[in-house]
Amino acid sequence: MHIPDGYLSPSTCVTMYALASTGWYPAVKRTKKLLATRTIPLIAMFAAFSFVVMMFNIPLPGGTTGHAVGVTIAAIVLGPSGAILSISIALFLQALFFGDGGITTFGANCFNMAIVGSLVAFVVYRLIASSSARPSRRVLAAAVAGYIAINVSALFTAIEFGIQPLLFHDALGTPLYAPYGLKIAIPAMMIGHLTVAGFAEAFLSAGMLSFFQRAEGGFLGKKPILATVAVVPASINRLWLALGLLTLLTPLGVLATGTAWGEWKPSELVLQMDADSSAAAVPSGIAKLSGIWTAPFPAYAPSFVKNPAVGYLLSASFVVGILLLSSLLVKSVSGSSSRDSST
Amino acid sequence: MSSNSFLFSTIRGFNNAVARALVSERLASAPYLLQQFDTRVRLICIFMLILATVFCRRLSLLGMLFAFSIVLAISSHVSIRSLVKRVWLIVFAFTALIALPALFITPGEVILHMPGSTSITYQGLHTALLLILRVETTVTLTTILVLCTPWNQLLRALRSLGIPAELIVIAAMTHRYIFLLIETTNQMFESRISRTVGVLSGSQERAIMSQTAAVLLNKSMDLSYEVYLAMMARGFRGDIRLLREPHLRAWDCIGLILIGFLATFVIWMGR
Repeated sequence: MHIPDGYLSPSTCVTMYALASTGWYPAVKRTKKLLATRTIPLIAMFAAFSFVVMMFNIPLPGGTTGHAVGVTIAAIVLGPSGAILSISIALFLQALFFGDGGITTFGANCFNMAIVGSLVAFVVYRLIASSSARPSRRVLAAAVAGYIAINVSALFTAIEFGIQPLLFHDALGTPLYAPYGLKIAIPAMMIGHLTVAGFAEAFLSAGMLSFFQRAEGGFLGKKPILATVAVVPASINRLWLALGLLTLLTPLGVLATGTAWGEWKPSELVLQMDADSSAAAVPSGIAKLSGIWTAPFPAYAPSFVKNPAVGYLLSASFVVGILLLSSLLVKSVSGSSSRDSST
Repeated sequence: MSSNSFLFSTIRGFNNAVARALVSERLASAPYLLQQFDTRVRLICIFMLILATVFCRRLSLLGMLFAFSIVLAISSHVSIRSLVKRVWLIVFAFTALIALPALFITPGEVILHMPGSTSITYQGLHTALLLILRVETTVTLTTILVLCTPWNQLLRALRSLGIPAELIVIAAMTHRYIFLLIETTNQMFESRISRTVGVLSGSQERAIMSQTAAVLLNKSMDLSYEVYLAMMARGFRGDIRLLREPHLRAWDCIGLILIGFLATFVIWMGR
């Protein structure tokens, strides 16, 4: 799953670095807040542990062996932010030491394995294990979380490979980077992970969790280790400011002309098809389904607003308002349920 | 237990990693071409060359970059034999395995008919060569950088390029303790091998691996607490200070400009 340099185009690499930053930034922020505690050696040791565990040959049914990533046990013990950092650092050292994964593709590798892997493993483990103290359920949860996390990571990797020939080819159609489209890249990647690598991660995570429950339960509290450290709540003023600024900037969308590829209305679709064929007609399925739902704000503007820029601004404010109300509702419901459970 | 069992292959992997790190330590302090440059300059130059390789779409220019990386390796005393054995052959085998089907399935102008109604196309050959040459060049450049640069200097150079100090400290600590954990794991496996008689079943093999990993994690956590106590005992209060990098010399600036020019030329001509 470690993508070497040269398989992804420069623009994909930049995009993947940007996506990975969305995971690294909060993780580093959180670590900075916890510096007074033992976070630094904890994450460093976990990264070293992940590096070593990635070198283990896990024997699998059928006589084959596979390598695990160790992302599931990291997510369970440290929580997502600690897991993101420790696995990213292990991947960084792997890229430099063994050339296992590239420098330009480091963002993509971290996004796939450290960020997506940690988040998926954490969420799946929490969903299945819930607050259950039953050892068998937690072991099952670790196994399922490991299997799903590795396969979701592999799927993201396959998609990154698969979009290369679609987007980056020369005038003769020669693919310039990874040569296989989604139809080949996804099955080729997933077969190996669904049958081998996913099980390696599942066996390792379940085996380790089972061992800890028998021998040493200290890491397996109801919360991950990093979540048990008190954090000084940060001011969210800057977040409000950024949200307001982004809302004010939404009229910039008016500057873009034309319709995005594949987002045409039936009438626009006919015009697009006309360029290639003289007998173009809206496909019956599209004609039938396009009228099912009429949006209250078509094209990001209520019908009574004539100025498109004002329409964009109103739409953005409306959606931000709805999201804020929803989050307040969820917060009040979860707050009352946690009070119920504590009494 | 057969010599190619999972335990032996894992131990072999560990030993290779340690051997590679030792070679790197020796070579990094030797007075050859790349080692003469400031670490920041080395890092930026290699990164620019990797970027140029990834951007380049012409086989001739990629071949030139690959040849340049070989010249760089020779003049920095990196063993070509070990590059061939440890990098080029492995990377070639891995990349060729991926690139090979592209020869046959990429549509385009047929240049060679094969038996069984298959054929090699010009586009397929071009794609496969682009991929192999690009991956070989980038991995060679990364290997040269790592072999010619002490790890602590590499991390300091990353700090001066704007990577947060917290991450640098964590990475430095991780690197330091990886070898201790490898040694510990090797000892655990060796003691297990010496106490094992007969053939293990699949589930027993898996149990050994997961238990070893769990014990290793336990030891890592204990070690992290000891390191934390040592940090506190030495007065760590959360402020991280790293040594300041020395000023660049004229030689460093000339190298930086030349490599910058080469990378820009390759990116421009290789569009």
